[in-house]
Amino acid sequence: MWEIIEKAAKENGLVAAFAIVGLVVLVSGFISRKLTFGRVQGSAIAILIGLALAYVGGKIAGGTKGLADIALFSGIGLMGGNMLRDFAIVATAFEVHPEEAKRAGWIGFVALMLGTVLPFIVGVAVARAFGYTDAVSLTTIGAGAVTYIVGPVTGTAIGASSEVIALSIATGVIKAIIVMVATPAAAKFLRLKTPRSAMVFGGLAGTVSGVTAGLAATDRKLVPYGALVATFHTGIGCLLCPSAMFFAVKAIAGH
Amino acid sequence: MIIYGTALLAVCHMLGIVCGDMLGRALGMKTNVGGVGIAMLMLILMRLWLHKHGRLCATTEGGVNYWGAIYIPVVVAMAMQQNVVTALRGGPMALLAAAGTVLVCGLCISFINRAEKPHSGPPDKTN
Repeated sequence: MWEIIEKAAKENGLVAAFAIVGLVVLVSGFISRKLTFGRVQGSAIAILIGLALAYVGGKIAGGTKGLADIALFSGIGLMGGNMLRDFAIVATAFEVHPEEAKRAGWIGFVALMLGTVLPFIVGVAVARAFGYTDAVSLTTIGAGAVTYIVGPVTGTAIGASSEVIALSIATGVIKAIIVMVATPAAAKFLRLKTPRSAMVFGGLAGTVSGVTAGLAATDRKLVPYGALVATFHTGIGCLLCPSAMFFAVKAIAGH
Repeated sequence: MIIYGTALLAVCHMLGIVCGDMLGRALGMKTNVGGVGIAMLMLILMRLWLHKHGRLCATTEGGVNYWGAIYIPVVVAMAMQQNVVTALRGGPMALLAAAGTVLVCGLCISFINRAEKPHSGPPDKTN
């Protein structure tokens, strides 16, 4: 019996994923209404449950892709993978009001630049405080604080050790998770109400995953504006960190 | 036909990714630079153009809107495959670097957004 279920789930991975995610969203909606009386958005709870399941999956399978590494749930990997994620993000652009986006064009760019430089400086400073002194390690950890893709790309480009690269990935993933979880709670403080504010957020908070999940759990209408800016984040980070930022760190650190 | 909408979305997606890759190549990198953002801009422009010429019917729009609506479930699936175990294993340094980054950026976001003039108004409620 179990064999048949397992085989069906494996051979229909994506379909099984739709059913599993639907169930998680259903449970989250129930928790949101009954336990928090609507104070915490259902999607925020769904993302938290997702992260918890990712932890469990990672512990069981010992892989790097959370629940998706368990054969039974491999369809989650396709549903939440880059292809469908980007496809769905692009689709949200259909709801963008061009005038709103245009009004925030330049401030979005400023936010994007700040969102690359500030995390980098914080990352380098923390790495320095923890005893790293060489420019390669400092730059790699700083890059990880930009996004968890910029970290390994930079580290590989400038020849960092695999231990430092792993640290930079961890930094980026934790950042994305904090942004996902904390955004709904901090929305008032961040003044996340208008398309312009969402674009500033998208530029500064970094990582498409953190920004879009955070916005989705705050106000679904703001997602496309944040995503529009955030998608340039990784590219700009990968451009600046192994080049200009690395040279800057090298000049300051001395070696 | 609903496939027209989905095909339009797919074409914009692919063109955006290709442009992003070419931009990355031109800048001397192996990564994609803003591919999704470019795809989003293309879709916005295509929608405006089709709307102006009266070529956009409700069914076609449905072919795009479905995918926009499936967005949150996709994000939940994305959360399910984050490398949470490694993230937690990164220890205090990774945690401190990440928390510090979020704090500094959060303050900066709050500062910039407080300067926004109120007349920008909330997003259209009709959506």
